[in-house]
Amino acid sequence: MSDGRHVVELTSEFFRIGSSSFTDFASRVAPDILPSSRAAGAGVGDLTPHGTTIVAATFPGGVVVAGDRRATMGNIIAQRDIEKVFAADEFSIIGIAGAAGLAVELVGLFQVELEHYEKIEGAPLSLVGKANRLATMIRLNLGLAMQGLVVVPLFAGWDEATGEGRIFSYDATGGRYEEHAYFSVGSGSVFARGSLKKLYRPDFDANEAALAVIQALYDAADDDSATGGPDMARKIFPVVLAATEDGVQRLGDEQITALIDQLMASRAERPDGPGAPLA
Amino acid sequence: MSMPFYVAPEQQMKDRADYARKGIARGRSVVVLHYADGILFVAENRSQALHKVSEIYDRVAFAAVGRYNEFENLRQAGIRYADVRGYTYDRTDVTGRGLANMYAQVLGTIFSSGGDKPYEVEIVVAELGATPAEDQIYRLTYDGSVADEADFAVMGGSADAIAEVVTGGFAPGIPLTEAAKLAVRALGADGGPNAAPRSLGVEALEVAVLDRTRAMPRKFRRIKGARLAALLADGSEASNDA
Repeated sequence: MSDGRHVVELTSEFFRIGSSSFTDFASRVAPDILPSSRAAGAGVGDLTPHGTTIVAATFPGGVVVAGDRRATMGNIIAQRDIEKVFAADEFSIIGIAGAAGLAVELVGLFQVELEHYEKIEGAPLSLVGKANRLATMIRLNLGLAMQGLVVVPLFAGWDEATGEGRIFSYDATGGRYEEHAYFSVGSGSVFARGSLKKLYRPDFDANEAALAVIQALYDAADDDSATGGPDMARKIFPVVLAATEDGVQRLGDEQITALIDQLMASRAERPDGPGAPLA
Repeated sequence: MSMPFYVAPEQQMKDRADYARKGIARGRSVVVLHYADGILFVAENRSQALHKVSEIYDRVAFAAVGRYNEFENLRQAGIRYADVRGYTYDRTDVTGRGLANMYAQVLGTIFSSGGDKPYEVEIVVAELGATPAEDQIYRLTYDGSVADEADFAVMGGSADAIAEVVTGGFAPGIPLTEAAKLAVRALGADGGPNAAPRSLGVEALEVAVLDRTRAMPRKFRRIKGARLAALLADGSEASNDA
């Protein structure tokens, strides 16, 4: 199947009993469609744009994830309206920072992986199962990561078993860590996390949680040149997705514009954002 | 030394066809029909876990009767085929026609090859087109022949008796509730016009739709439990997605 004529007949491999994993199956019948099959030389990381900051925060009814819209190549802004946060399936969200080309490919593969399992088994994976599966996929990417194509995802979703929103972070070697309350990845994550540390409250509603992550992205853009702030002239605002018991929903243009207006008005008063009480 | 018996190819194929047909006739039936907003699948199936109807891809679904392990095998192969194709090219490049062709090749090869026994299955591959006029129901039999069904397809034990009832009540553009009730009534009339019809409850039915009105790309949706009971009782199925 490596001659580019993918899957023109149902070979015996298609009837083999066993794995419900798309990646496992594809690695047998069409390995060259997978990102992990790629051999890359050192320093290829400079060839692709880099996506930057992703922020997530939980609230009692679920979890919100937001990403800025900038992709950079060195000192150049490669794209101002890139999307880095996606619905992984009906109840989970994946946001990705790092090498943009590979990141988008990995998101696509992860989405198929979850859907494939659900269709073959007739039931979706648990949220922790999905998080673990993503860890394996990142681990398979380690060879590319060592050559500069580092992809760092943030995974979050509504856990139907425990009835709460949960956040998982990863390192480039596939290490998986559960985060509590809020987390951020990417070049501006240090600033975003510092911001959320002061802004976060466990009793947020969905709208307040969305505003908090947008505030954090604004603070990240304030101090990190690779993170884009809200583009008022072009109306390019962060992508915000929320996972609740009703599933994953993307905040509509109207809602996000209202939040941005609120944020800009308060920043006009106090450019550093809302102040936290000293004690 | 024993002499091998000569069996004429005609006889051999006939024996194989009879064998497959007998296997299929033992099972309960499935009705697949077009309705106003898509394609409806109704199966008589008392198991909640072992499905006869399932999702293959965004706009493509699968229904089968016969030997479970055989059609389950075909179903999984279909999902694998669709997912590899959709991932390699684009989601819109996965078509019911392509899948039906694959299945036809596989079933045909198994049927006419000397070694294996033929598959005792009959399957339907249904696909939602861009417009209702482009919706397709492909019906495949154990020997790999494909039929493109215009209004509906019935497979399984008493297909003829059931098809007669469906023919009597079917009209193009039939609403979901009418279509579901018709299919359930038809499945209950499998004894033929002279037998008393059986009444099938929610627990004996597996119902799913490819629903054009569904907002997300994956149009397949199961209707079960209270929702199915409401649909069959007074047609007040909540229209929100499960």
